[in-house]
Amino acid sequence: METEFTLWQSLGGGVLIGAASVLLMATLGRIMGATGILAGLLSPEDAQDFKWRAAVLLGMISGPLAVMFVTGRLPEIQVPVSPLMLIIGGFIVGMGVTFGSGCTSGHGVCGMARLSSRSIVATLTFMLFTGVTVYVVRHVLGA
Amino acid sequence: MRLLISYVVGLIFGIGISISGMANPAKVLNFFDIAGTWDPSLIFVMGGALVTAFLGYRFVLRRPAPAFEDSFRVPTRRDLDLPLIGGSALFGIGWGIAGFCPGGSLPALGTGRSEVILFVAALLVGIFAAKFLQRYFKSAATRA
Repeated sequence: METEFTLWQSLGGGVLIGAASVLLMATLGRIMGATGILAGLLSPEDAQDFKWRAAVLLGMISGPLAVMFVTGRLPEIQVPVSPLMLIIGGFIVGMGVTFGSGCTSGHGVCGMARLSSRSIVATLTFMLFTGVTVYVVRHVLGA
Repeated sequence: MRLLISYVVGLIFGIGISISGMANPAKVLNFFDIAGTWDPSLIFVMGGALVTAFLGYRFVLRRPAPAFEDSFRVPTRRDLDLPLIGGSALFGIGWGIAGFCPGGSLPALGTGRSEVILFVAALLVGIFAAKFLQRYFKSAATRA
């Protein structure tokens, strides 16, 4: 499935993701990582800890609705994989980000921006394995 | 105030994910499909996010503390261990299969699409399974 190259939307979206990370660090002193926020929500330190995480999650979910409010349409989501692949992939992602202590936002943006050696190694590792997996799925297995 | 700011942070993040294409598995998978229908857009997402966070953090982390807390809560570990590398490799495999990463899928929940709900449900099961295994290994290690 072909997708259109979207330089300005992608760059602008990226700047917003970075800005959200900086704002969270400046105010609550926390890393803006989707894995960390979600994992902490499942086992919070206390009620206060649960509340700010739930508020971030609620904000995230409002994102596509805010886009629809301005542009009149929800952001495009095209899923070129089967429901079974979503389930298997989702389960493996959940295991991986828990053992690996982070994902694209936590390691790839926040950790790399702090020049953390752990995050740089984690990011290079998952980018490599994602690329190899996509190659195997599409060009070897032909799914 | 803390909750309002948390909500706004999530909202900015969610809008960024939505317009960048990170919530769209077709676009994400095409970024990694250099041998096929390659779409380089995601380099600009990563680049824009990284440069903004790098410059912003320089400024913010120079201050003694964040605005509403006593101290910054940033990871301090520097060691490279098997869970970090093995976990990241697993994450990459799962991301390559499904096309959603956690940060892409959580905002995408706002669209109400069944595929997103299915992925996030499986993601949560995976997180619980890994937490269970972590506790098991930990107690096995203390017994040994």
